[in-house]
Amino acid sequence: MSDASGASGEVELVQLLTPEGERLEHPEYSFGGDDDQIKSFYRDMVLTRRIDAEATALQRQGELGLWASCLGQEAAQIGSGRALGKRDFVFPTYREHGVAWCLGVDPVHLLGLFRGVDLGGWDSQRYRFHLYTIVIGAQTLHATGYAMGVERDGLVGTGDPDRDMAVIGYFGDGASSEGDVNEAFIFASSYNAPIVFFCQNNQWAISEPIERQSRIPLYRRASGFGFPGVRVDGNDVLAVHAATTRALERARSGSGPTLIEAYTYRMGAHTTSDDPTKYRLADELEHWRLKDPIERLKAYLRRSGSGDDAFFADVETEASDLAADVRTRCLALPDPHLLDLFDYVYAEQTPYLNEQKATYAEYLGSFEDTSPAGSRQAQPAFAESLH
Amino acid sequence: MTMLTMAKALNAGLRRALEADPQVVIAGEDVGKLGGVFRVTEGLQKDFGEHRVIDSPLAESGIVGTAVGMALRGYRPVCEIQFDGFVFPAFDQIVTQAAKLHFRSRGLLPMPLVIRIPYGGGIGAVEHHSESPEAYFCHTPGLKVVTCSNPADAYWMIQQAIASDDPIIFLEPKRRYHERAEVDEKGTPPPLYSARVVRPGTDVTLVGYGPMIKICLDAAEAAAEDGHDLEVIDLRTLSPLDMAVVVESVQKTGRVVTVHEAQLNLGLGAELAARISEQCFYSLEAPVLRVAGFDTPYPPSRVEEDYLPDLDRVLDLVDRSLAY
Repeated sequence: MSDASGASGEVELVQLLTPEGERLEHPEYSFGGDDDQIKSFYRDMVLTRRIDAEATALQRQGELGLWASCLGQEAAQIGSGRALGKRDFVFPTYREHGVAWCLGVDPVHLLGLFRGVDLGGWDSQRYRFHLYTIVIGAQTLHATGYAMGVERDGLVGTGDPDRDMAVIGYFGDGASSEGDVNEAFIFASSYNAPIVFFCQNNQWAISEPIERQSRIPLYRRASGFGFPGVRVDGNDVLAVHAATTRALERARSGSGPTLIEAYTYRMGAHTTSDDPTKYRLADELEHWRLKDPIERLKAYLRRSGSGDDAFFADVETEASDLAADVRTRCLALPDPHLLDLFDYVYAEQTPYLNEQKATYAEYLGSFEDTSPAGSRQAQPAFAESLH
Repeated sequence: MTMLTMAKALNAGLRRALEADPQVVIAGEDVGKLGGVFRVTEGLQKDFGEHRVIDSPLAESGIVGTAVGMALRGYRPVCEIQFDGFVFPAFDQIVTQAAKLHFRSRGLLPMPLVIRIPYGGGIGAVEHHSESPEAYFCHTPGLKVVTCSNPADAYWMIQQAIASDDPIIFLEPKRRYHERAEVDEKGTPPPLYSARVVRPGTDVTLVGYGPMIKICLDAAEAAAEDGHDLEVIDLRTLSPLDMAVVVESVQKTGRVVTVHEAQLNLGLGAELAARISEQCFYSLEAPVLRVAGFDTPYPPSRVEEDYLPDLDRVLDLVDRSLAY
């Protein structure tokens, strides 16, 4: 391959914590927090993994229609999510469960989408965490437009930390091939929008390896669009936190976009409907298991003496309690009523849709047992008949 | 009262919207210094600045997608898609993103977004510059679709669309951009989602919109010479349809011909025919007949006059309707 492809040359990777749990110095990036903060990262990562495992179990038990696991990506998500300021706004894909956790989104809200009781039922303005977007890459344009609005609001480059804000848009290696992502790069660059493009390169877009999406390291794409790109070890929460903090500050100060490529690995399947044994080798998973983001943090905390047995046991207990609570409340999520949904199609309801709703209500009323409970009871009975 | 072309009337309406609400922004290709390829936004960037009248990179999905983001931030973006045939790269952002956010969020996220699209043929353009894509958007829950047929409606409807909290496809009949009419800038407009009888009559109802209203009115004039009194309805709103005006007319005339440039198959005429048959069955003296573009791709411009519904094709179906 020629140099023109951009594939040659040493690939830089920002790493502040080795897979063995040893701290590293980096000439440009450093983690400024203390071990208490690192312990809180550890806690967030363990809780995220536990919620994720519980959701997978709920899907296997028929309680969710689907789940998109973030197993293995906890450092990328907690590292970036915890770097966010109080005013920064997030546009996620559908896998940012750890980022959601950092912003205080109740995990049960995330499960609602996958259980099929809503289409993303949280208050995105309250949490500064937009609804999950499933069409790949579309949200990067929303993030860019939102950032253009932030700039028009005069909330960039004032130097006042209580005013300045940034936007972060998440996407994956597969999305990097989408037109929308490339258009988002162009708009953000052209208007110098206060945005961080955060790419979790987890190596796989369902069954397609990163080599199918790009012949060059993804972070280098940024230079072609006129803004900086950096690759960080996505399984190193300290490096991710440091790089995201810097990129967010850059955006808030009015210096424009940054692309962060968090180099990580999707340790689970694409979703619960996927079977990765059909397209990747077990050896690869084993290779990445040695780089596990949680294990390396645990090794560091043990090495430094900051984390003792009691701390790790407490986090485990908290995780188990959280999982049980999430499960209970997930199972209690009420089904929506189709009749109610007619009212949400438009801000200003149309007479036509009101008529359609009324006709449907009348139709429902023509049955003897019309209670929503009555109609719902029919479904489990049918499902049971299949077993 | 001022005599204005439709392009100037739209310009005046946009200007008034920009003045009325600082959250209104305009974005699109060449909308700034050039004032748009049809000059609809002429002078607006000069007077309101580059932050409010935004020259966009050449990327339709990007234009609409970033407008969705700006709307989420509290802005009221008005996007211009340069020509009808260029809207399809933005299809996902329109039908999957903008159209569904209010529904997905159970009403928490309004989407005050207007997408202006010059549409329709008749100007001798090269391909992809003469299309009528309205049915795609009417088929999408969450979107509203309106179209103006004259300068006065253009002036008011664009302001009403910008004031709406729903995403609206605003279709502008480009072959009527330069036709003049009086605009009463101090008047009171009818509601945005309302159809209007633009010529009362008793024998046959013509239902059209946008560029076809002039054709329908011309056809009504010609029919009058033969002693047939045609009623002409300008739908103005394509989604939602204002069926009350149509039903009242058909109950009076018993005969109806729908007229649009867009292809026949599953076009607006099909939906109108279905609803008229449901709501006016006992009034009908003849089946609902449809004049439309043929079910071919838009043809080379040298034969577009044969493709586009014209006075004779409308009168042909009027005669067929009267023959029942």
